[in-house]
Amino acid sequence: MHKDLLRLARSERAVRLHLLVCAVAAVLAGLLVLAQAELLSGVLSGAFTTAALLPLAAVVVVRALFGGLQGVAAGRTATALKSVLRGRLLSRLRDLGPARLTAHRSGELVTLAGRGLDALDPYITGYLPAVAVAGVVPLAVLVRLFVADLGTAVIVLLTLPLIPVFGALVGWQTKAVTERQWRALSRLGGHFLDVVRGLPTLRAFGRARYQATVIRQVADAHRSATMRTLRVAFLSSLVLELVASLSLALVAVPVGLRLLSGSLDLRTALLVLLLAPEAYIPLRAMGTKFHAAMEGVAAADDTFAVLEPDPEPAPEPEPEPESAPGSRRAPRPAPATDEAATGGDPAVLPPQGVPEIRLENVTVRYPGREDAALDDVSLVVAPGERLALVGESGAGKSTLLHLLLGFVTPSEGRVLVGGVDLSALDVDLWRRRLAFVPQRPHLFATSVADNIRLGSSASPEEVRAAAEAARAGEFVAALPEGYATVIGERGAGLSAGQRQRIALARAFCRPDAEMLLLDEPTARLDGRSEAAIVEATRTLAEGRTAVIVAHRPAMIDLADRVVRVEAGKVVSDHLVPRPSGGAEPVREPRTPDGAEPAQEPRTSGGAQVGGSR
Amino acid sequence: MSTGTLPGTTASERAASPNGRGLLAGMGGRMLAAVAAGAAAELAALGLIGAAAWLITRAAEQPPLAALSVAIVAVRAFATSRGLFRYGERLAGHDVALRAQATTRERLYAALIPSGPLGHRGADLLSRMVDDTDAVQDLLVRCLQPALAAAVTAVAAVTLGAFLLPAAALVLLAGLLVAGLLLPAGAAAAARRWSARVAPARAELAARVADLVHGSADLAAYGAGERALAASAESDAKLAALERRQSRANAAALALGTLVQGLTVAAIVLVAHRAGIGQVPTAVLALTALVSFEPVLPLAAAGERFAGVTAALRRLREVQATPAAVPEPAAPAPPPDAPLTVRVADLVVRHAAGRAPALDGVSLTLTPGRRVAVVGPSGAGKSTLLSALMRTVDFEAGRILINDTDVRELSPDDVRAMITGLTQDPYVFRATLRDNLRLAGPEADEEELARAVHRARLSTWVERIGWDVTLGEDGRTVSGGQLQRLALARALLHDPEILLLDEPAESLDGATADALMADLLDVTHGRTTLLVTHRLHGLESVDEIIVLSGGRVTQRGHHDELVAVPGYYRDLWESEALTAPAS
Repeated sequence: MHKDLLRLARSERAVRLHLLVCAVAAVLAGLLVLAQAELLSGVLSGAFTTAALLPLAAVVVVRALFGGLQGVAAGRTATALKSVLRGRLLSRLRDLGPARLTAHRSGELVTLAGRGLDALDPYITGYLPAVAVAGVVPLAVLVRLFVADLGTAVIVLLTLPLIPVFGALVGWQTKAVTERQWRALSRLGGHFLDVVRGLPTLRAFGRARYQATVIRQVADAHRSATMRTLRVAFLSSLVLELVASLSLALVAVPVGLRLLSGSLDLRTALLVLLLAPEAYIPLRAMGTKFHAAMEGVAAADDTFAVLEPDPEPAPEPEPEPESAPGSRRAPRPAPATDEAATGGDPAVLPPQGVPEIRLENVTVRYPGREDAALDDVSLVVAPGERLALVGESGAGKSTLLHLLLGFVTPSEGRVLVGGVDLSALDVDLWRRRLAFVPQRPHLFATSVADNIRLGSSASPEEVRAAAEAARAGEFVAALPEGYATVIGERGAGLSAGQRQRIALARAFCRPDAEMLLLDEPTARLDGRSEAAIVEATRTLAEGRTAVIVAHRPAMIDLADRVVRVEAGKVVSDHLVPRPSGGAEPVREPRTPDGAEPAQEPRTSGGAQVGGSR
Repeated sequence: MSTGTLPGTTASERAASPNGRGLLAGMGGRMLAAVAAGAAAELAALGLIGAAAWLITRAAEQPPLAALSVAIVAVRAFATSRGLFRYGERLAGHDVALRAQATTRERLYAALIPSGPLGHRGADLLSRMVDDTDAVQDLLVRCLQPALAAAVTAVAAVTLGAFLLPAAALVLLAGLLVAGLLLPAGAAAAARRWSARVAPARAELAARVADLVHGSADLAAYGAGERALAASAESDAKLAALERRQSRANAAALALGTLVQGLTVAAIVLVAHRAGIGQVPTAVLALTALVSFEPVLPLAAAGERFAGVTAALRRLREVQATPAAVPEPAAPAPPPDAPLTVRVADLVVRHAAGRAPALDGVSLTLTPGRRVAVVGPSGAGKSTLLSALMRTVDFEAGRILINDTDVRELSPDDVRAMITGLTQDPYVFRATLRDNLRLAGPEADEEELARAVHRARLSTWVERIGWDVTLGEDGRTVSGGQLQRLALARALLHDPEILLLDEPAESLDGATADALMADLLDVTHGRTTLLVTHRLHGLESVDEIIVLSGGRVTQRGHHDELVAVPGYYRDLWESEALTAPAS
């Protein structure tokens, strides 16, 4: 039995009720077999007249009704439980946030929350009712046998425990092997899918046909390993089968001999013959259903593993109201640790207006990686500044954006927003003031309009205006149903540039955003699409602080200031001269405690540093 | 897509089809063994109860002991053999299942090789296709095998009945037919009807879940998580309602089975009593009838599964019936010897009938050592040109000649052995970095691998993460730029006669991209190369530049010539030159 699953089933009222109905119906249907045996043996032995066939038919009808009820209730239990689990799983995924979500294999999570949970069906609809029946019916049969014929009852009583004992013994022995085989099987499926997905690449290098033999070899190796295991594992069912059928022989032969001697009447003998197997059937059915439910157990394990709180909990919000202003000018070499926290106050509201962003000796580490993604970075972004982050891929540019978004938290150091520690802010309120365009924006399987107004309730006019501003208006209008066109799987049917422009339109759809975070918005685009994005970005950045991870000159050209990141460190930091042209770049490295250009007061939201073009 | 014989599907490909019938031919013997063992186990169960019923009722008539000895031996023999047969059945059945799965996957994969690009199928569709391959083993082990074993048992029970009382045998036959044919057929029909309604609901839920996971950054940044969660809960409720109704249909089938079994037994007893055949045959008839339903009742569930199996097989057949993207010639010409000259003349490629051509009369010549660059806006047909050269898409008109041999006379595999390189959407396999690279050069030694990595400017990364780190896993551990350079390293390692490079500097930052392009133009010096790019930096050194737009060549010539005249190339060059100093 799956403890977590049962606890969940008990705690949810709807699930509990359906499960109860299902179990009771199953048990009643099982007990009616006794009545059926009673009547049938009576008729066959001549003790009852054929008129007793009528109540026999009635028993059969009621049994069938209970069986049907069990099925319906089982279906209701399964759907209710799956819905609860799915809901919790998805809430958990959302709570994990994008940064920690990548630690899990996202593809497997999608499968788990989608079709993976369906593997629970055999467990709930098959195994759980079988357990209930196995708990009651064999006992009832034994009691009836004791009343009817002591000898038979003793034989059944002695052999019956062999089934669970052998089942448990062999099951316990083969559990590890079975689980290993199960994992191997899913690995095999994963390997095949991997090869199919990569077929174009294999074809390009003439390895496609060779892989066909690899598929065959891997599968053959898996088969012979599995068969070796199964030859042993199935011995368990052989033993169980033998116990059950030999017990019947053990019952039938002495009963026959005692009939011969006249010490037993035919009606009792037939009853014993009909009832004895019924003692074993529920136990064996439970074993079989358990086998079928193994996959569901694995799915339940996976689900509860995701639902369990992380061993490495996310850093708690650390409100430090009074330390924040004091530490503004003094970067602290040590990480912002718990000692500084003064209590469990709720998040401090972020200050209004375009805030200054200040990174103080920030180090970010991802679990399981040795190198820090950001290593002791200190950086000040003035209000209204347009900052381009450049550097090799993997240098830590995206991590810096994720830091500002609150997707990742510093392992050491801290991020100050207008002088307040970001970890102390209500992250949802803070994100409302941001507009983010990721490198590969996800387009949702809804209409274009809903994709643009993501998270807001913008009117159709506002959506249209945002699309126009993002240079997306033209191609959206050309779509079959315009803004109502439903976008296919992950933006299928749209080019990379079009997807990027929809993501930019999202940003335009938040007119109140004070800070713009763009992650390589033109990375995969050709020159003309790039020009459109650059122009749109230029408009979008007006009156806002913008941090843009950029590769292309045209994008970098937008910036007032270029910061180069290498291996998690800031290696150069200079202002871009105005007007853009052939002039030498003015190198002016800036650190939090270094010289800074005159800073606009926070209240002047639209202030520009370094002039505008 | 629905018919089996389409132009372009060769006989050998059709033979390698993943359909159930073709599969059975390969393992009929093993399947027969599994069915025989299963039927024997069911017959032993039938024999056990029949012999026991006879033993007891006959004993009640108090005959001499010797009259019972055969029955006693039979009871013991049937009791022992049933377990052994069942053991054999399960082993043989699993063996068949695993073999079927392996064969189906291999055949499905083989059928996919000659088809066109797989990208348009979508990742989820692709994984469903992989799941569909399980249908064949289900067909054999969960549908066919139990059905045959049940049929054998039913025939035996009815035959026995016919000897004892033909009227009772008819009743039994009727009951078994209802339980073994009508109910499974009904279950299959219900399953088909329901899955037609459940499948879209399931797909909708899957899409919502995928959105939540893959779009988690977008949702978090825009505070739209709650709404997306509510949408998925709504889809979940819709699906749950359908599943509940579906389970009602299944429960009804189950209940009907119980009903038919019980009523049949009652009817047989009634008929036997009326006929007055005596206690012994009546008991044997009634109890064997009761037990003969045991293998028959589960067939309703098998019927339900069968509906899913047929749908999966139909999908697999559709995949297999997809015409090969490029027909394999019946007798391929021998591949020409190096040095190779490729001549493309008036090439027209259309991705689908009725659509505007992706390439419309493109000509170019690649003589040995010549380097040609193709530029143009996205959708101009640049990648299509490479696909046509690699023979992964066919052309409608025009010609491609390799040393005067028409590529249509060559095996597409042979063509790709000569013309290949860095293609669109390179894939990272769930394998070590070394294996991911070595697939492009299975014979390569460490030194060659290192050189390819060095030339692709990937050495720093490789040194940092090591050669034996496993890549893949949803491709997350490899950034876009690293993937691109890994693909380039593969192409350089493979070292084909004619090197194709599709956007080698894509998703690299400006400085790295320019450096990579410079290196690339350096290492490809003197090698036949066709380069698709949207960066013009360094193109001064290639022999010819072709500007494609809307599938047509709008400009061609050397860099100096193209810059001298107004047009796409000069526009792009100027915008690049203007912004270049910023890096």
